[in-house]
Amino acid sequence: MNRRALWAGAAEGLSRERREAFARAWASPGGAFGLVRTINNIPIARRYMVAGFLFFLAGGVLALLMRLQLGTPENTFLDAETYDQIFTMHGTTMMFLFVIPFIEAVANYLLPLLLGTRDMPFPRLTALSFWTYVFGGLFLYASFLWGLAPDGGWFSYVPLNNRQYAPSLNMDFWDIGLSVAEVAAMGAAAELIVAILRMRAPGMRLDRIPLFAWAMLVTAVMIIFGFTPLIVGTAMLELDRKGLTAFFVPEAGGEPLLWQHLFWVFGHPEVYIMFVPAVGIVSQVVQVFSRRPIVSYTLMVLAIVATGFLSFGLWAHHMFTTGLSMVAMSFFTAASLVITIPNGIQMFGWIATLWTGRPVLRTPLLFVLGFIVIFLLGGVSGVMVGAVPFDSQAHDSYFVVAHFHYVLIGGVVFPLFAGLYYWLPKVTGRMLSERLGRWNFWTMFVFFHVAFFPMHVTGLLGMPRRVYTYPAGLGWDALNLVSTIGAFGFATGVALFVANVLWSLKRGAEAGDDPWGGDTLEWAETSPPADAQFEFIPVVRGRHPLWEQASLTARGSDWEALLAPLQAGPTTWRGALVVDVVEARPRAVVHVPGPTAAPFVMAVGFLLVFAAALLEHALLLAAGAVVTLVALGRWFWPQPSESRALREVEQATDGRSLPLATAGPMANGFWGTVVFLLVLTTALACVVSSYFYLSDGPAGWPPPGSGRTGVALPALAAALLVAAAAITWWLRRALHRAAAGAVRLAVVALLAAALGQVAVSVTTWRRWSLEPAHDAYGSAVLGLVGFQWLVEAVLATMLVIALLWAWRRPRDPRGHAVAHNAALVSYFAATSGLVVLGVLHLSPYVW
Amino acid sequence: MRAPIRRAAAALAIAAGGALPLGGCAGPQSAFAPAGPAAAHIATLWWAMLAAATVVCIVVVAATVYALLRRRGAAPPDAASPAARDERADERGTRAILLAGAVVPALILTALYVATLVVLRVTAPGAAPADLVVEVEGRQYWWAVRYPGRDGASPVVTANELHIPVGRRVEVRLRAADVIHSFWVPRLHGKTDLIPGRVNVTWLQADSAGVYRGQCAEFCGVQHARMAFTVVALPEARFAAWLAGQRAPAPAPASPAAREGLAVFLARCASCHAIRGTPARGRLGPDLTHLASRRTLAAGTLSNTRGHLAGWIANPQVIKRGALMPRVPLTPRELRALLAYLEGLR
Repeated sequence: MNRRALWAGAAEGLSRERREAFARAWASPGGAFGLVRTINNIPIARRYMVAGFLFFLAGGVLALLMRLQLGTPENTFLDAETYDQIFTMHGTTMMFLFVIPFIEAVANYLLPLLLGTRDMPFPRLTALSFWTYVFGGLFLYASFLWGLAPDGGWFSYVPLNNRQYAPSLNMDFWDIGLSVAEVAAMGAAAELIVAILRMRAPGMRLDRIPLFAWAMLVTAVMIIFGFTPLIVGTAMLELDRKGLTAFFVPEAGGEPLLWQHLFWVFGHPEVYIMFVPAVGIVSQVVQVFSRRPIVSYTLMVLAIVATGFLSFGLWAHHMFTTGLSMVAMSFFTAASLVITIPNGIQMFGWIATLWTGRPVLRTPLLFVLGFIVIFLLGGVSGVMVGAVPFDSQAHDSYFVVAHFHYVLIGGVVFPLFAGLYYWLPKVTGRMLSERLGRWNFWTMFVFFHVAFFPMHVTGLLGMPRRVYTYPAGLGWDALNLVSTIGAFGFATGVALFVANVLWSLKRGAEAGDDPWGGDTLEWAETSPPADAQFEFIPVVRGRHPLWEQASLTARGSDWEALLAPLQAGPTTWRGALVVDVVEARPRAVVHVPGPTAAPFVMAVGFLLVFAAALLEHALLLAAGAVVTLVALGRWFWPQPSESRALREVEQATDGRSLPLATAGPMANGFWGTVVFLLVLTTALACVVSSYFYLSDGPAGWPPPGSGRTGVALPALAAALLVAAAAITWWLRRALHRAAAGAVRLAVVALLAAALGQVAVSVTTWRRWSLEPAHDAYGSAVLGLVGFQWLVEAVLATMLVIALLWAWRRPRDPRGHAVAHNAALVSYFAATSGLVVLGVLHLSPYVW
Repeated sequence: MRAPIRRAAAALAIAAGGALPLGGCAGPQSAFAPAGPAAAHIATLWWAMLAAATVVCIVVVAATVYALLRRRGAAPPDAASPAARDERADERGTRAILLAGAVVPALILTALYVATLVVLRVTAPGAAPADLVVEVEGRQYWWAVRYPGRDGASPVVTANELHIPVGRRVEVRLRAADVIHSFWVPRLHGKTDLIPGRVNVTWLQADSAGVYRGQCAEFCGVQHARMAFTVVALPEARFAAWLAGQRAPAPAPASPAAREGLAVFLARCASCHAIRGTPARGRLGPDLTHLASRRTLAAGTLSNTRGHLAGWIANPQVIKRGALMPRVPLTPRELRALLAYLEGLR
């Protein structure tokens, strides 16, 4: 479809000055500091993708080193310590530094384009995620410089990685570096959720959004629920390793299996967190290259959502050999088998689409076909290991290594390559070589099987995973050599891809706006897209706007007048449209923040804090805290463009135009806070479950002499929690009415409530005289109390910001946003506080 | 130089051949070559699943290829937008998706689930009463093996070798002294983890006399790769004789060199190793009472020869770096004496 035709008449009546001013408002900053001040999604996502791909190459090099070592029996190319570091870092890199960040980068780049909006809802958060991720990744890799790379496995089982058996810093690098990368991933996930639900082209109803967006929505929700247990788990592990607690120390009543549960509650959804986006990519590619819409959009969406739900119900199939009960094994076997069904629906959804379409076999489709074959084999071997008795042979053997490489390379890497061949012309403006693409595909496809197929056999011939060498004569020698040859062949395939990209950047043919005859909105923008995307707001009338609509403009639609100010506007600030979730009717305009270095500075602050945690260095910690706080202050300081937005929209208030959303359910910040509260709820569930899991141990619970404090203190604590939430509620209302006296009163009352809480907490803790370092009960209590204090600290920070606003500009609605969000957090804090009190003080009487 | 090339050629031939060479399925640690009822049941399940999986894969790949070739190239890649939606094709397609993607898999999976539960039941440790109990404790990086004494008899303690009577159901109780390990003898049964603070139970039964190799299957630290063991299945009578032999205290040193060796042992080794019948009571390393009767040294790392034993004692860290046995400096004379003594521990 011709781009000119799609937008014909859109610019009518808009002056050139206006259009230029609009472009200026969205331009990324240049100059020396432009690099760190840029926050537009396109340049940030481009860097994000490059960084992710570099980590992919690094992880690949590690894999080649391992294959060299294992090519022959009793090889001495790598010693055991180095090998352990390499396999740990290979897994960690591919999982946390390549797949998740890379997918999020692709989503950050594409989603605004696919959804027809101008940027992500929280561009500063995007930038923060990017920088945090880069620093976290470099932090992890820096460990190689000291020869202290993590060596306890990407799954970091305890007690092997407790302080007693792993006293050096290797696994601290892992714990801390990983936490950094996880925080980045969760930030990006929060953003994806809000973007997909709230920032779409008008008319793109929930039943019209592209399947890739559906897939990313489910993925992002899974990241929120899945990564939280891992963050809680790694925090516990790090506390154990610092000698502060004993969650996982068996001698102190701790439970090694608690770690496995926390890890796999994350770890299994993680597999689908990586796979579901691939479902989205494949669905887009299959539709365009079959020249027809997907056969059943509804079934595909249902299958994606079902996969997301089911993936949380089968974590324990990673623990079939730990001695679970028969009931548990039967249940988790059933769950592991059931998840095959949504996958089957997806698989046949694509086949049916190809079947009834007119397939065009270009490189992207070739990679999709490779995906179908490889993932099919991986899925089938996955069903096999879902059967407990067989798993008892296959588990932790090379059979499993083969299985998950079929799933991950087949189910993630091949679709990603399909997506790259499909979308890179949009990103770079140039086509990749089709010929080189075919070579690239066939090399990767053939050598993939050469490398990984034999591992099924090696594993069932008895070769365990994670061994740095093996004796000759067990029947593994030739198979391992074949795998090594295959690995190098596969690497050659990846090198061909890199060569293709470099070639295309120099010599590739101009892509034009729409080289593939695509159906989604990104093909209506220039290649590469301008910083100022969607100068004109597209109006969508179906699932495949470019196939079904002759024009994308708002002309003649119900919303023509409503959207008029947004056509090539606003011009002095960055404005984007917010729609309602289901019907996608225009609801409000939001101010999108402009260039700022605050995210970069904050990421530096995080890095310092984490380095301080690693080295236990107080001065470094203080420096990191100061830097982070400075960045936080800058973040919440009003941007001049925000004031302009407020003035302009206020002037334009005539009842017939869109309001400017600043606070409350219409604003993005509100939804961001809601997602954050979901994270906290999940974390609370984790610490409470850990408490009860540990309580099942052999020792008395609570140990004699602790856990009973009488009624007065807990009752007082509960009353103070409720009071604080009520005061925050009142404060928010007072701010809204700009009642200065009431605000002051509320501040004093809050202060008193806070001090009261500190006093009660400290008294209770001292009366208990627990020793978390030597006793699992103390650790579990500390986990609950520590969680609550963390929530309170976040709340306190938000309240301080809200109060500063109230003090400086009591009438500014931007201050209300912070107060509004702080109020939400305070309601949560009260609830979680009551839960914690209940667990600590009531449960001993019930159990 | 030539050997690797020949090996590479052989490997390529295998790869080119495609199918796995069935002759290569028998190995000392191969789950394809079951030697006991548990492993046999699992192998049957495996072959059944493999057959079903092969059919499924062939059908799906064939469908994909056919779907692709059916009307390939009917449209040039830059064709104008596709024709209006073909609702009839959508409807039929949806039905096909539900049938092939949900109904058929559900049937196959139900059959598989039933089969799984049946095999799970017959391979579970509690399925039948055991004839003999053995306790195995996993340690970084070796296995302590203990036969509890029945009727007041003293227990038998050994390391890295289990002996079991042929045709008898042997219950194995698994504990871990330090970190998590996993007990795996692929020819006899699947694996079971050893977890600190718990006792897990599995069972072994061998149909015929033989030596079956096992190995730790859970990453347990730097020498996880060299934490193997052997299960020796003996006919009933020979098993009883073996057990009686192991129950006896160590033989007294027979030569002057061996007597000197015992003195060296007591002075330099006894804080970690025990030898029943001597004052050596160490608990950190393996019990060495009948060391000379064992097949391997250092948990399956070396065959038990005089040369290997000498090398191992002289510097364990060269052979198994990171093992917890330190290098104990000995003079050549002390080493020779020690070897003379240890070789007599039949």
